[in-house]
Amino acid sequence: MSVADTTPEPTLVVQHVSKSFGSVTAVQDASLSAGAGEVTAIIGDNGAGKSTLIKCVSGVHRSDAGEVCLDGHPVGFASPEEGRARGIETVYQDLALVDDLAVWQNLFLNRERTRGAGPIRFLDRQGMQREAESMLQRLDVDVPSVRERVRRLSGGQRQAVAICRAAGWGSRLVIMDEPTAALGVRETARVEELIRRLRDDGLAVLVISHNFDQVLRLSDRVWIMRQGRVVDGFRTAETSAEELVAAVTGAQRAANQPRGRSQQP
Amino acid sequence: MAAPTRDREPRQADAAPSRAPAWTARARRTVRDPAFWADWTVVVALIVLVVVFASLSDVFLTAGNVESILVASSILVVLAIGQTAVVATAGIDLSLGSILTVSSVVLGWAHAGGMGIAVACLLCVATGLLAGTINGLVVARGKITDFIVTLGMLSVAYGAALVISDGRPVRVQDQFLLTLTTGSLGPLRYNVALAALVAVLGHVVLFHTRFGTHLLATGGAPEAARAAGVDVARVKIAVYAISGLMGAIGGILLTARVGAAEPTTATTLLLNSVAAVVLGGVSLFGGRGSILGPVAGALLLTALINGLTLLAVSQFWQPIAVGLVVIVSALMMRFRR
Ligand SMILES: Nc1ncnc2c1ncn2[C@@H]1O[C@H](COP(=O)(O)OP(=O)(O)OP(=O)(O)O)[C@@H](O)[C@H]1O
Ligand SMILES: [Mg+2]
Repeated sequence: MSVADTTPEPTLVVQHVSKSFGSVTAVQDASLSAGAGEVTAIIGDNGAGKSTLIKCVSGVHRSDAGEVCLDGHPVGFASPEEGRARGIETVYQDLALVDDLAVWQNLFLNRERTRGAGPIRFLDRQGMQREAESMLQRLDVDVPSVRERVRRLSGGQRQAVAICRAAGWGSRLVIMDEPTAALGVRETARVEELIRRLRDDGLAVLVISHNFDQVLRLSDRVWIMRQGRVVDGFRTAETSAEELVAAVTGAQRAANQPRGRSQQP
Repeated sequence: MAAPTRDREPRQADAAPSRAPAWTARARRTVRDPAFWADWTVVVALIVLVVVFASLSDVFLTAGNVESILVASSILVVLAIGQTAVVATAGIDLSLGSILTVSSVVLGWAHAGGMGIAVACLLCVATGLLAGTINGLVVARGKITDFIVTLGMLSVAYGAALVISDGRPVRVQDQFLLTLTTGSLGPLRYNVALAALVAVLGHVVLFHTRFGTHLLATGGAPEAARAAGVDVARVKIAVYAISGLMGAIGGILLTARVGAAEPTTATTLLLNSVAAVVLGGVSLFGGRGSILGPVAGALLLTALINGLTLLAVSQFWQPIAVGLVVIVSALMMRFRR
C-alpha cells in the first residue's frame, strides 16, 4: 500500500473499513493511519462516522469489511478488552468515570491490585493510592487528592483523570472522542498540554475534534471524514483553517481533487 | 500528593493568619459543612436518640436493656446488610422478608422430617441462595426491573412457605438453635456476635475486595463499569444471591428466637430493612454506601421501638415514629455531595 513510504511504520493503519447499522452506512471504505509520537486528528461534521470508525478500532464495533493493523499486525477485536490487552485505550465522549469512586479507584477500575492467598484476596489500597499519585504526577495532572471522589473534581480534572487512566497502562495508542467538548478555555488548554505530553512520551494519539483551531494547534496530521468516508488528509503544518473547512464541507476541492492525498497526508 | 497549585493557595493563605493548628481549622470547617452532618446523619441520630431515651428512662441504658436492643436488632442488621448490597447496585430486594420466611419454613420442615440440624440449616441457606440467585438472573439476564422481579419473588416465596408448611407454624426445638439465642460469647450473645461477624465481613467485602469496588461501580455508573470490562450482569446476580443468603441467615436467627418456623409475611422486617439502608445513607440510585451506616440504621430503629415501649407509648404509635425518623433523615441526607 501507499503507506510504505512513511517511515517509520505507523502504529495504527486502518484500511478500507466499512460499518453499517441496518440500512445506515456509518463508515464506508475508510482508510487512515496514526503514527507513534504524533497527534492525529479526525474532523468531520456531525454524523460523519468519526465515533463509529474509532469504535471499530477499539473493538466496541466489529467492522463489516476492511482491516485494522496495529504495529503492522492485523487485529480483529471482538471486544474493547481485547483491544485494551493489545494496548489500545479509549477515552469516551461521556468520560466513563465512576463519580462516586475515588480518583485512585477509577484509575485502577477492573485492574485492582490485590494481596492475599488463593481466592481470598484483598485490595492493596495503599499501594494503589501511591501508584495513582505517581501516575498523575508523571503526567503533571493536578487533583486535590487521589482519595477525592471524582464527583468533586472539575470537568477538566475529570477528563485528565480519564486520559491518565488511558495512558497509564503501557498503551500504544490512545483514542479520544472530543476530549475537550465540555470544557472551558483554561481547562481545554490543560488537557491539550496533557495530550502533548502523551505524544512526547511516544504514544500514538488519535483525537476526534470539532474545533478547527484546536486541530491546528494540537495535531501533527488531520484526516477529514464526510458521510462515512475518509475523504482527505493533511499534514497540519501544510494546511490552513480555510482548507480544512472546505474539505469538511466538501466545497470546491471535492470535484477536482477527489481523494488524491488521502493515503499520505 | 500533587504539588500545590494556584487553585489551592488562597485557601491555605486564609487558614494561615488564624495561627490555629491545621487540624482545628479543618475540624471547624468540617463541622460547619452540611455535607459532614449528612454523611453522619444516622450516627448523630442514634446518639441523640440514646441521650433522649436515657434521660427519660432509667432502664434504657442498663446493661440488660442494651443487650436486649442488640439481640432484637440482630436479624434486622443481617437483613439490612443484604439489602445494602442490592441497593448499592441501584436495585431493591422486596422479596427479602419472604425469602426469610420460606428459608425458615424449609428449616422447620427439614427438622420435623428428622434431618439433623446441620442439614436443616444447610437446606435453609440453599433455599435463600436459590431464591436470591433466581432474582438476580431474571434482573440481570432477563433485563426486567428489580422492583417487578422481587415483587414477584415476594409472592412466590411466601406462597412456597405456605405450601411447604401447609400454613401452620412448625415447632423447632433444638439445642444448637437454643444456644444460638441464649448462649454467649464473652459479653455478646451468639446471635449478636453472628450479626457483628456478618457486618465485619460485609464491610471487608465492600471496601477491601475487587468485588466490592465493582459492586459500587456497577451501581454508580453501569456504563463506565462495563466500559472498564466489569461483568455488570455477574455483579447483579451476585448481590441478589447475597441478599437471599442474608434472608436465610435471618431465617435461622428468627426460627431460633421464636422456637418455631412460621409462615408469616414478615412485611415489617422487609420495610425496616429498606428503612435501615436509607437511614444508613446508602444512595437509592446506587454507587454509594457503607455497611456501618445501615447497621447503625438498624440499631436506631430497634432502639427507637425499645425506647417507646419503655416509655409505655402505645404500640400503635411505633410505625408512625419509624416513618417520621426515616423521612427526616432522608431530608437531612439531601445535603450530601
Ligand atoms: N449504534 C448505532 N446504531 C445505528 N446507527 C448508528 C449507531 N451509531 C452510529 N450510528 C449512525 O451512524 C452515523 C455516524 O455516526 P457517528 O456517531 O459515528 O458520527 P460522528 O461523526 O461521531 O458524529 P458526531 O460529531 O455528532 O459525534 C450516524 O448517522 C449515526 O446515526
Ligand atoms: Mg461522535
